[in-house]
Amino acid sequence: MLFSRRALVRALAASSFVLAAAQAHAQSVKIGIVGPFSGPFAHYGALFKAAAEAYVAGQGGKLGGREVELIYRDTGGPNPAQAKGLVQELIVKDKVDYLGGFVFTPNALAVAPLIQQSQTPTVIFNAATSAITEKSDYFVRTGYTLWQVTVPLARWAAKQHIARVVTAVTDYGPGLDAEAAFKNEFARQGGTVVESIRMPIATTDFGPFVQRIKASGAQAVYTFLPGGPPNLGFIKAYNENGLARSGVRFLGTAETDEFDLQKFGDSAVGLTTAFHYSGAHDSAANKAFVAALKKQDPGAVANYASVGAWDGMYVIQKMIEATGGRKDGPKAIAAARALQWESPRGPVRIDGKTRHITQDVYLRQVEMVGGVAVNKEVESFGPQLDHGLAQ
Amino acid sequence: MTVLFNIAVDGLAYGMVLFVIAVGLSLTLGLMRFVNLSHCAFAMVGGYCAAFLVRQAQWNFWLAVPAAIIATAALGAVLEMLVLRHLYRRKELDQVLFTIGLSFFLIAATNALAGPQVQLIPLPPGLAGSVDLGFRTLPAQRLLVIGAGLAVAAGAAWIVARTRFGVWLRAAVDHSGTASSLGIPIRVVQCASFAAGAALAGFGGILGAELMPLEPYYALKYLVLVLVVVAVGGMGSIAGSLAAAVVLGVIETASKYLASDWGSLFFFLAMAALLAWRPDGLLKR
Repeated sequence: MLFSRRALVRALAASSFVLAAAQAHAQSVKIGIVGPFSGPFAHYGALFKAAAEAYVAGQGGKLGGREVELIYRDTGGPNPAQAKGLVQELIVKDKVDYLGGFVFTPNALAVAPLIQQSQTPTVIFNAATSAITEKSDYFVRTGYTLWQVTVPLARWAAKQHIARVVTAVTDYGPGLDAEAAFKNEFARQGGTVVESIRMPIATTDFGPFVQRIKASGAQAVYTFLPGGPPNLGFIKAYNENGLARSGVRFLGTAETDEFDLQKFGDSAVGLTTAFHYSGAHDSAANKAFVAALKKQDPGAVANYASVGAWDGMYVIQKMIEATGGRKDGPKAIAAARALQWESPRGPVRIDGKTRHITQDVYLRQVEMVGGVAVNKEVESFGPQLDHGLAQ
Repeated sequence: MTVLFNIAVDGLAYGMVLFVIAVGLSLTLGLMRFVNLSHCAFAMVGGYCAAFLVRQAQWNFWLAVPAAIIATAALGAVLEMLVLRHLYRRKELDQVLFTIGLSFFLIAATNALAGPQVQLIPLPPGLAGSVDLGFRTLPAQRLLVIGAGLAVAAGAAWIVARTRFGVWLRAAVDHSGTASSLGIPIRVVQCASFAAGAALAGFGGILGAELMPLEPYYALKYLVLVLVVVAVGGMGSIAGSLAAAVVLGVIETASKYLASDWGSLFFFLAMAALLAWRPDGLLKR
């Protein structure tokens, strides 16, 4: 005999257990979270996970009265083919009701046809190119776009009687996007961009670029840099070469992100940025968010990635409520279009036309508060649409 | 004119950073004939140790740097005694595979221990500022790097060429059997040389951290730069590495001032041209 009787009984018991578990899960709403959970960008995935789970835990483990099951899928870095494969599997095999996540634009663009065909509402937590939400009717975005934060910054600079600006951006997609946004709006406000420097993505020594900025005679530098080493290198070079002292203001967006900020130390103090979220935003909603996040994962940072995931989960919750937990993409998206709420970042709403989040953008300055560097919001520019789509 | 001065100053400073990071690999590769692709991982270990000692343990910078270098050397010595010595007689491919694997291991370990964020080594007040050169300012730390780079070049060249240890090292590599029968303690020489290579890597990691910030992927990210300097300079040639680092540093810096839209094209074009001209190294005849 191949199987002993005891083994057979065990196998039967095990299979009935699996069946029972599957039935229990059939009642739950499945949400696939796609992002980098390994490799150099793994901190994004970790923040998505911490914020999403903190949100669900804060709702008593249920969204819209339904159990939720979060399924994480790892794309590593920008890898459209892999993202597409993973999302196809999530839709066909795991039968997810909602998708969330996405750090990189190419990954989000790659899955647009899949979510369109399967009518799967997909909330983008981060990927920041304006055009993404146009590629499928089922995209909603709770992150930001470079145009959204750069255009008010360019207007503000013009109002400060800054007439000549040099742009210095990292030479890749988002950098060029940022450069275009600033140049376009600053020219419209009557300012001049005296020089546009594009810095190779592999740059380690930013000294030469900073010298060029100094020599250009501009009153301010608008910059865009990817997080991590380039960010740090540029800000160090900016300080060490005495740009602030010679009167060249620093204008940025995500450069003083909370994830890198503590590493800058005193060298970041006084840097001016325009952005939609500061971990130091003074509101009850933000304090609750920061506390919930810390409780879930003491290492998690309240920044644009975690707040994007947190608000993304809010949108998914509202879509579950609107559809009673059944999978009904069109109905869910219709509900998302009308949403308006108080986010940790301030008052926000989903723009009915573009499905991108309309949010207040703030002018911030880095300050030391009790030995910790924070982005202090000094001025609100009021609600901003995605200016990139308005072009 | 100012641009030319700027290119010379920034290029020299950048070249010196490249040199201090690369010189250790040039020695292990050229003198020990051991393909150590985990060189940058040792540099990273040195940098992280220094960052930890200065920031977390609140040590004095000037005390923390030697301590971090010694720690890196000790790690190198232990790894050499336990595993790497079995690789000396294996083929280059085995060495490459093992040391790349070691790099991945150290990346993952760093990530797990310290997290993915960039780590800074806080500089003492004397180094944190800038020095006025008359026509421009230069970060004071770069002057230290330039001085330290020249000191390392001179010191290493002296040890290899003039001391008893240098003689032993060259003998042990060229013909270990004969060297051993002449009473040279081969194992001690090998272990000490490898530890010295690791120590130089750690030193480079600490001094270079201002331009190449420490993070887990450091171990692979800057490996290409280091290999380019070693290849162009000629393996084992300290003066060659110094010349290659400065020439490539100046070319890279000039392209940033004058033709930044071309990215790192000129750096790699220069590498190709120099290798075609002198395949065995810049200063080898």
